Amino acid sequence: MSTAAMPNQRSGGLFRRPTATGGVWGWIVTVDHKKIGILYGATALIFLIVGGFEAMLIRAQLAQPNGQVLDAATYNQMFTMHGLTMIFLVVMPLGAAFTNYLVPLMIGTRDVAFPRLNALSYWIFLFGGIFLYSSFVLGGAPNGGWFGYAPNSVATAGDNMSFYAIGLIILGIASTVSAVNLAVTIINMRAPGMTLMRMPVFIWMTLVVQFLLIFALPVITIALVELLFDRQFGTFFFDAGHGADPILWQHLFWLFGHPEVYILVLPAMGIVSEILPVFSRRPLFGYAFIVFSGIAIGFMGWGVWAHHMFTDGLGPVANSAFAITTMFIAVPTGVKIFNWLGTLWKGDIRFPTPMLFAIGFVALFVIGGLSGVTHAVVPSDYQQHDTYYVVAHFHYVLFGGAIFGLFGGVYYWFPKAFGRLLNEKLGKIHFWLFFIGMNLTFGPFHLLGMQGMPRRIYTYPAGHGWDFMNMVATVGALLMAVGMAVFTWNVIATFRKPKDAGNDPWDARTLEWTTSSPPPEYNFEEVPVVHSLDEFWYRKYAHSKDGELVPVQSGASDAAAKGSYGGGHAGDHGEGADADHGGGHGIHLPSPSYWPIVAAAGLPLIGYGILYGWWMAFLGGAIMIVGLYGWVLEPSVEE
Amino acid sequence: MRKLKLIGGSIVAVLLLAACSDSLDQSTLNPAGPVAQKQEDLFQFVFWLAVAVFVVVEGALVLFVWKYRHRPGAKPSGVHGNTKLEIGWTIAPAVLLAVITVPTITGIWDLAETPTGPDVIQVDVVGHQWWWEFRYPDQELVTANELVIPTGTQISIRLCAAGASGAANPKTANPDGGVGPQASGPALGAPCVDPAPNLGNAVIHAFWVPRLAGKQDVVPGRTNEMYLSADEPGLYPGQCAEYCDWSHANMRFQVKAVSPEEFSAWLTEQQAEAAVPGAGSLADKGMQDFANGSCIGCHAIKGVEGAAAVQGPDLTHFASRDCFAGCMFPTYNEDGSFNAEAMKAWLEDPPAVKPGSWMPNYHLKPDEVEALIAYLQSLT
Repeated sequence: MSTAAMPNQRSGGLFRRPTATGGVWGWIVTVDHKKIGILYGATALIFLIVGGFEAMLIRAQLAQPNGQVLDAATYNQMFTMHGLTMIFLVVMPLGAAFTNYLVPLMIGTRDVAFPRLNALSYWIFLFGGIFLYSSFVLGGAPNGGWFGYAPNSVATAGDNMSFYAIGLIILGIASTVSAVNLAVTIINMRAPGMTLMRMPVFIWMTLVVQFLLIFALPVITIALVELLFDRQFGTFFFDAGHGADPILWQHLFWLFGHPEVYILVLPAMGIVSEILPVFSRRPLFGYAFIVFSGIAIGFMGWGVWAHHMFTDGLGPVANSAFAITTMFIAVPTGVKIFNWLGTLWKGDIRFPTPMLFAIGFVALFVIGGLSGVTHAVVPSDYQQHDTYYVVAHFHYVLFGGAIFGLFGGVYYWFPKAFGRLLNEKLGKIHFWLFFIGMNLTFGPFHLLGMQGMPRRIYTYPAGHGWDFMNMVATVGALLMAVGMAVFTWNVIATFRKPKDAGNDPWDARTLEWTTSSPPPEYNFEEVPVVHSLDEFWYRKYAHSKDGELVPVQSGASDAAAKGSYGGGHAGDHGEGADADHGGGHGIHLPSPSYWPIVAAAGLPLIGYGILYGWWMAFLGGAIMIVGLYGWVLEPSVEE
Repeated sequence: MRKLKLIGGSIVAVLLLAACSDSLDQSTLNPAGPVAQKQEDLFQFVFWLAVAVFVVVEGALVLFVWKYRHRPGAKPSGVHGNTKLEIGWTIAPAVLLAVITVPTITGIWDLAETPTGPDVIQVDVVGHQWWWEFRYPDQELVTANELVIPTGTQISIRLCAAGASGAANPKTANPDGGVGPQASGPALGAPCVDPAPNLGNAVIHAFWVPRLAGKQDVVPGRTNEMYLSADEPGLYPGQCAEYCDWSHANMRFQVKAVSPEEFSAWLTEQQAEAAVPGAGSLADKGMQDFANGSCIGCHAIKGVEGAAAVQGPDLTHFASRDCFAGCMFPTYNEDGSFNAEAMKAWLEDPPAVKPGSWMPNYHLKPDEVEALIAYLQSLT
């Protein structure tokens, strides 16, 4: 697949290829999908803390009427950056962390199709995030909302919204690069025998997400380029005074924005679909229906965008049409939820932290889904639109949904990635703090919205009857902040203890658990041959005639099978760590490369050049071109 | 967890009751007109359906989690699925949603109608950064911040946005916000109000009086329509619901519903020219300061020569309104005295009171402020 993986030695070559695999330099030049996945995850978690800090400032300001914590200008930057951070710098890259890390492992291959491209997408993402955040010290962060409605995003002064436009274009490039790479990997590089309908649900959801990204990102990019032109070059794409229609922005934005919602939540749905069967010790109920409803959501997600625009005055025909499509996108979502319930039904359920987060996901996503249906009731949405009721809805979907699912994934795959199980006690404290905290924060938002509290207001007077609920919400937010601190401590403490996880601490079902923890660079000594869905499970267990699980002699699993999770003695110590020194010689892997980070470094410079002077843009362009030439000309392996 | 939800539920109920006694009640759950009532009815219908689904689904979740928790010797099922069940739980929600769709669609078309008839009162609502202008084209009236309507009468509303370009000296007034890279002229299409609003720097707002009607967006270059009416006399707070930059939170207004008799009296009052203060009085000095200073550049006062600008609120009957500065402040204190304190703070440094305000700090002298307050107080 990748040119780098081909063993043809190009003689000489202009540049040497780096050989480092350890130390900081090893991380910078890595093209290993696992290291890149970890980089994505670590970066996203750091941004989660930053975005959470912004949320805490928002809640501090709104805790009481006439809050004095933030002034209007700062508040408007905070809610904008909170949204941008959580969507583009936390949930999307956390999803990317799992897809990068897991796709090759779960489909039984040694790397992604284009390893250097994978590195490029991470570095572009990182530089895009830094570019966006550099606005804080360069005159002010974006302040027009994550939705950046024109003409306000054009009319507002300063470079704030130019940082928004350029930053999101850069982040969009990162996501597009990664989406193409992963789609090709999933379609072309599955292990022998892994037919499409033997792929884990997580891989299916990931595949749908990659296609959503490939088709949705160009739409927002067009809108962002138009916005940038209006702001920097005096065009009139959105200026009603020159005959344009500002609604154009909203159509483009939400035509991206609604598929984006599924881009955010489908990976979490995939993760939950992996976790529930493992800890219920039974197959996923209705695999095919979950897969097809995921695909159906992917398609239907394109036909509902104007439900974000019901109060725009599009007219009764458009509003009716989008009300109907919005109603019916609830059907495939419902099918998924029923199948997850079916998976719990007649299971043998255990409750380690990943399972708690997965069950929490189902419980909370149901609430977000139901409030979503109430938005589709257009006349009633005229009241709810742009109120805290909507804020409640999407936090149930994106925090109760996406974040819970993703944290479930963190607890579930952490032992695979680092060979150590996260502490169960701290994990459970984290879960309950998040679960109670999020209900305390976002539950009252429903009521606040119905009581007439609009979104995006930096202050409110006493006398609306909103005071108490706002205070409750702030207390809930504090609980979540404590939960995040507990999680952070858990990660730090876990890295200090010896590797204790073994290959298969959860008695899991999918291929990534067949290899060591952490997996060797080449993932599998031998590329596995797949005979069924839940391949690993059926290597370990057969069903007797009366339906009972019978361990298969040779494949019987670890201590986990005996029911001890996270006790610290689960499983075969050391096997994973030593595997690197065992077999694996002669397996050819792509060599590290420093060109991805060089090529990526040019992009933010081009961005600054648009704002501060063309010479910077030319410099950035030159760096990019050098990076790309170096990329093409470097030899395929280290010499 | 269950218990917590129960407790949460009772807290909600108590607060709902408490909310009704608040002075600035703008709760959609407390409708005061037929439009808001219709929207509330529909919400209640869907809400209780959703509650039923919630109970069933979460109930099943809790039941399964409890019933099938791990026990020694448990035998988990190996069942992979059930096609009949799948078809069932695909069709069941679809049917339920189809049921909700019917009143949704009829509701959409109901609310899209334009009311007609001799009694209907036409009001043009113009959204500015960050205050609301109300024009009564048939009565040839312009007012701001407080929309006065007769009870039991359909109010047909046209919504349009206006920009502030051309406002006095905006660059110096507002160095950090509000000024875009270009200014522009009026819309190419038919203007929604006469005279046509200036669209330079106009942004999107949303007009919302929760107790009377759901919101509609105010979009530059477009004319949206909606209608509402109030059953009982009263003050109904509202505010802008679409983010419109700096002082979005301070873009409030109120609807004052009065009896039809009071309304016609109000009309007569408002159609009159502004009161002329007695010569030599403090208010008279205020009028001179108004006309000779910067105020006249943006504000109209019917009866004062040359005071016809439209960038700021029309001040002809300023003291007849119950609130000012985007309804950030009541015009009168609870004891009925003029709220000179807030007025003073506002005139001394508007952007300090209302972030981003297009009315700049003119560094008025204390005696000018005092005179202007006296003049504004006289504009009943």
